[in-house]
Parts: sequence; structure tokens; C-alpha cells
Amino acid sequence: MKLLTCPMNGPRNIDEFQSFGPVRARPDPDGTADREWSRHLFRAENRKGIVVEWWRHVPSNYFFLAERDLVSNEIIRTFDASQLRDRA
Amino acid sequence: MTFRLLKYGLSRDYPVSGDIPATPELKPAYDVVIIGGGGHGLSCAHHLAKYHGIKSVAVLEKAYLAGGNTARNTTTIRSNYITPEGIAFYKEGVELFERLSQELDFNVMFSQRGQLTLAHSEATMRSFHMRAEMGKHMGTRTEVVDQKGVEELCPLLNMDYGGPLEIIGGLWHADGGTARHDAVAWGYAAQASRRGVEIHQRTEVQGFEAVGDRVQAVKTNRGRIACGQVLIATGGMNYDVALMAGVELPIRCYPLQAMVTQPLKPWLHTLVSSVSLHTYLVQSSRGEVVIGGGSDPYQLYSTRSTLDMKEHLAEGAVHLFPFLQGVRLLRQWAGITDMTPDYSPIMGASPLTNLWLDCGWGTWGFKATPVAGKRMAQTIAEGRVPDILKPFALERFETFRLLNEMGATAASH
Ligand SMILES: Cc1cc2nc3c(=O)[nH]c(=O)nc-3n(C[C@H](O)[C@H](O)[C@H](O)COP(=O)(O)OP(=O)(O)OC[C@H]3O[C@@H](n4cnc5c(N)ncnc54)[C@H](O)[C@@H]3O)c2cc1C
Repeated sequence: MKLLTCPMNGPRNIDEFQSFGPVRARPDPDGTADREWSRHLFRAENRKGIVVEWWRHVPSNYFFLAERDLVSNEIIRTFDASQLRDRA
Repeated sequence: MTFRLLKYGLSRDYPVSGDIPATPELKPAYDVVIIGGGGHGLSCAHHLAKYHGIKSVAVLEKAYLAGGNTARNTTTIRSNYITPEGIAFYKEGVELFERLSQELDFNVMFSQRGQLTLAHSEATMRSFHMRAEMGKHMGTRTEVVDQKGVEELCPLLNMDYGGPLEIIGGLWHADGGTARHDAVAWGYAAQASRRGVEIHQRTEVQGFEAVGDRVQAVKTNRGRIACGQVLIATGGMNYDVALMAGVELPIRCYPLQAMVTQPLKPWLHTLVSSVSLHTYLVQSSRGEVVIGGGSDPYQLYSTRSTLDMKEHLAEGAVHLFPFLQGVRLLRQWAGITDMTPDYSPIMGASPLTNLWLDCGWGTWGFKATPVAGKRMAQTIAEGRVPDILKPFALERFETFRLLNEMGATAASH
């Protein structure tokens, strides 16, 4: 059993969570050409290394972020989405 | 015969007749360099040598031959997809399997026993009707069957009458089947090397030398190789290898797991899969029941297995066939699959003029080993993409012309 530490609910079985994939910058809806839209929609981060990705704790429907290594599967840290906004 | 048996039975030096020659020295240049010694790369090499007379071909394999997803797959072969482009392509693939043992002079144990996909809801039945109509239109044997039809095809199924997972019908695909994966790869390797193709095991591509829009050479752990044309067919590493050439593919890697039970007497005579349970089963010619399901729930470059997934697969299998409950598991494993957004492969040109793609095979590419090799060889030999491959071009994402096969793929590969 692999544990994921939810910023709100603490360590839980990773089965309780749903992955929503790597964070990507939202394109400007007005000034973006089709090509960039297609990139945004279809190309997610997949390099061997560390990704920041969205997760949801399903029972509480709480969305948060995790930094995870795509090769070793180590979860480096998890944090509330407000920190992403503060960082931006 | 008896004398030979005695002679070699008592001696240590039995003359081993290898089908595949030992890895030779690398030459400084080849007309075609194929990266990846899985089924797809080997099939392409065979078709280049046999049908296009191109023999200066090197297949570069970083580990051992066909040890990637080719060796890990559950060998579902079928053409009951949903888009006309997809069906046309996979139909040619099934037809090539029908003649493959003769083509390779190697028994690939193709067993066309049919595939039964189960519906537990009206929504699934509607999608089956659509697939059956598309399939018939395209000339494949695909039809919807009712409960009685399901029971006749697979009498040992738990129909769950009145239960929450009652089987209300199925999609019967008489063209579906299975073959021995290792034999497919070795058969292609043996044929290709007999015609002069060089197979280089333990030869890893680590980078590309490009000038303008052409690849000049590939860099490997055994040195630099200049190349006329290059094909990427590296299975789970397709994203990674293409990125070395500066090409970013719309691929995400997910593990896919499977397992087999101990051998049992033959009792399962079709391939069976359930959309709602995300479980499918096939009995191998050794009697083992091969059980597979959907991809892992999150991205990862790893072939580790999880207990969660094994429990899930066991639950599905035991629900469909309750008498399996006491049966032991013999082996379990995983492969890294290169998933595309629309569950269709990416075949054809890349932004570099002499770099070709046979990628995005995700969880469904074994059945396409013969046809992808044949059509990619044609592409490389003629320098242009044949019509049957055009819909699978990388550009389809930019033009929003996706080939959505998710509904026809996720539960049974
Ligand atoms: C558990 C599982 C079940 C599956 N079930 C089915 C099924 O039922 N039906 C179906 O049709 N498909 C199925 N698939 C998918 C199928 O296995 C693959 O799509 C198919 O085998 C891909 O073949 P390939 O030759 O392209 O890749 P592979 O067989 O993976 O070969 C690629 C090769 O490239 C080599 N390589 C990687 N990087 C480099 C490098 N840098 N340099 C040199 N060599 C490199 C690898 O070592 C590997 O041997 C399944 C996959 C898995 C994992």
C-alpha cells in the first residue's frame, strides 16, 4: 500500500486519490492560436524527473498539488493549491 | 536419431542452432537504423529486407531482443475498433496474422478463437451496436449478441442475473485471436537476419546528431552510426527517445500490469473481456489464464507491480468465473506504455525529414506488429506515407483530427 499525504486529511492510501496530471499554464483564451491550444490540451509533462501535479482526495473532493518523481515514484511533498497561486 | 540423442545426451557440447546471430561489430553507417528491437522494429526490418530489397539495416536494442512490451503483452489480436481509419488498419493487421506462420516459417501459434466483450449496461450495449455496425461496414466479423448468445459462446460465465453486474449482452468478434508474442518477435528477427539485417543487442541510442532538418547520425553506447533513414520504435521509451531528437510527442507513460494463473485444463475457449470490470481473460496454450485490465491510475516510468492492481484484477476475474477463486497466481509483471490522448498510435513523418515514427502504441500495439512493420517499411522505402497510415500522423493533434479509440481500447487492448 502506498501512502499519499493529503494536506487536509493527512496520510491516506493512494487508492483514495485520483490523479489529474501535471500542472500546466492556462493559455490566454483570447490571444492563443490553435497550435498552442493543441499543445495545452494534448501535451503534458512526461520527462523523466520531478513533476508537479494535481490530485484529488476523492471522499472529501479536495484538490491539491504534489511533487512526485516520475521514475522512482517518490512523493516529495504535497501542498495546498493556494501556494501555487502565491508562487506565480 | 537414437544415436544422436545418445551422443549429445551424454556430451556437454550440443551444437546450439541459434536463430539470431550474435551481435556483430557496428559499421560506421547504415541505410536504415531502427531504434528498438521489439516486435515493431524487427517487423519493419523484415519487411525492408524482404519486400524492398533494403539490406543495410541495423536494429539497435538497448537490452535483449523483444524484452520490452512485446514480451509483456497479453496478446489480444482484434480489429473491432470504432473509427473507420482504425478498423481499416487493424483489419489488415489481423489478416497478416492469419498468414504469419507461413510468412515467417515459424509457428507463431495464432489461434483465432474469437473475442467476446461483455456489456453490463445499456450504455455499453449502445456503443457495441455502433462498433458492430462500423465493423460490418468495414468488412470485419463483429456482431452484437444477446444474453443467450453470450451463454452459448461462454457457458461458464457468471451471468449475475438480477445482480448489479448482470451481463445483458456482448460484442462478438469472430476475427479476434491470440498468438505467441516471443515467436512473433523471434520469427521476424530470424527472417530479417537471414536476409542480412544486423541486430545489435545491448546497443542503446543516447542521442542524435542533426544538421538542419536531417538526422546525420545516432550516438550509441558503442559509438556513432551515420544513417540514411531512422525509425523510432522504442515502445515505452518513445517519448524519451524522440525528445533526444528534439521532437516532443503527445505521450504520457503509464504502467500496465498483468498476471497469469497456474495451468488449468482447457476451459476458456474465447477471449473474454468486461468493460465495466476493467478485466479481461484468455487461456494460453499452456493452460495458464492470462488476466489483464486497465492502465495504472497515474503516470510513472516504472515496471513495478502493485497489490492494489492485482486485487482489482483478481476481483474482476473471480466475479466473471467464481470457480477461479482457489486458483494460484504464477507470475505477475508490468510494462511501461506510451499512451496517446486518443488511444491511437502515431505513425509516419516527424519534423525531421529522415526520422520516422512508429510510436504511441500504448496498451494496444502487439496486434499491429505485422502491419505497422509492413507499412512503416513501405514508408521508409518510398519516402512517403501510404494512405492507410495518413490518419495516424503526428499533426492530427494540431489540426484537432483525433482518432478516438478510447471506448474501444481501454478494457481490452
Ligand atoms: C501488460 C501489457 C499488456 C498488453 N496487452 C496487449 C494486448 O493484449 N494486445 C496488444 O495488441 N497490445 C498489448 N500491449 C501493448 C503492446 O505490448 C505494445 O504496444 C507493443 O508490444 C509495442 O511493441 P514495440 O516493438 O513497439 O515496443 P517494445 O516491445 O517495447 O520494444 C521496444 C524496444 O526498444 C528498446 N529501447 C528503448 N529505448 C531504447 C534506446 N534508447 N536505444 C535502443 N533501444 C531502446 C527497448 O529495450 C525495447 O526492447 C500490452 C502491453 C503491456 C505492457
